[in-house]
Amino acid sequence: MNSKQLSVRIWRGKDNGGLETYQVPARENQTVLDVITEVQRLHAPDLAYRFACRVGVCGSCAMTVNGKPRWTCRTHVKKVADEGVLTVEPLRNLPRIKDLVCDLAPFIDTWQKAGAPFSGNQTRQQPPATVDPNSKARLTADAALQCINCAVCYSGCDVVNWNRDYLGPAALNRAWTLVNDERHGQRQQTFDQAFADGGCGNCHSHGNCTRLCPIELSPSQSIAGLKRLALTGLDKRY
Amino acid sequence: MERRLFVLQRLSAMLLALLVFIHLGLILFAVRDGLSAAEILGRTQGNILWATFYGLFVLLVAIHAPIGVRKVLQEWTGLPASTINSVCWGFALLLLVLGFRAVAAVV
Repeated sequence: MNSKQLSVRIWRGKDNGGLETYQVPARENQTVLDVITEVQRLHAPDLAYRFACRVGVCGSCAMTVNGKPRWTCRTHVKKVADEGVLTVEPLRNLPRIKDLVCDLAPFIDTWQKAGAPFSGNQTRQQPPATVDPNSKARLTADAALQCINCAVCYSGCDVVNWNRDYLGPAALNRAWTLVNDERHGQRQQTFDQAFADGGCGNCHSHGNCTRLCPIELSPSQSIAGLKRLALTGLDKRY
Repeated sequence: MERRLFVLQRLSAMLLALLVFIHLGLILFAVRDGLSAAEILGRTQGNILWATFYGLFVLLVAIHAPIGVRKVLQEWTGLPASTINSVCWGFALLLLVLGFRAVAAVV
């Protein structure tokens, strides 16, 4: 029987809360989410945290683990535990609700402000648009498309941290995919919104978003693309 | 507005980079026999080419610098936008006046 223990420091309470330490058995294979679940089941039934799929599809279990925002379900304890100590806090840059749960509303709002809703330019009577999968615009959009709104980049962004009016990497990355989507009827509006006050002109290119993205997207590159478009203008061919 | 300022700042930076290199090259060339006011004025006075070069330099600096300062003030001070804009217009004007005065003095 393995008697090795893992010390888990978990944020309890809201803004004025603090870290509480729990001891759980250190196992050969365990994710941070496994550990939090074990703490909740055995030690602290009132511990609030979020998860759904447990396999890196939904993005709801993002938390700050030993100082960095991560998906807890896809983070093995062995990789991040610092001398057998794990510190789990809620995501940065978002209002705290309780323990490890944040209010994601401000993050979702940034998507609206960045012109993120898709708006088709055809009616249902028209045939579906034929999009060349190898066109430059499509390949550019595809490279940034897989974001699942987990807010890891938003939480890791220092510009968001000092300026809550900044739209942040995820929303601007979304705007970049739409600007490159020939089926999007409001490309110019999306571009204008992504470049308005609080938009991509505020990015300092620190690159935290790209370094932290769990699926290795590059919002930095998307934002750089938007900035480049400011010089060249939108491609009017479509 | 934000986009226009962004573009103006980037374009002025591209031109300034070129002008700065010429300016640095000129400094190395100018001091090869020691630095004297007479020598410099001898080269610049009545020379329309250098007047144009440094006139453009001043104009680009007056565009480039206040836009950057505006962003720094926005991020660091939290002053109202209108105050920041006025300060930056003032700064641009100051750079223009001081710069053109210096250019006028040597040509």
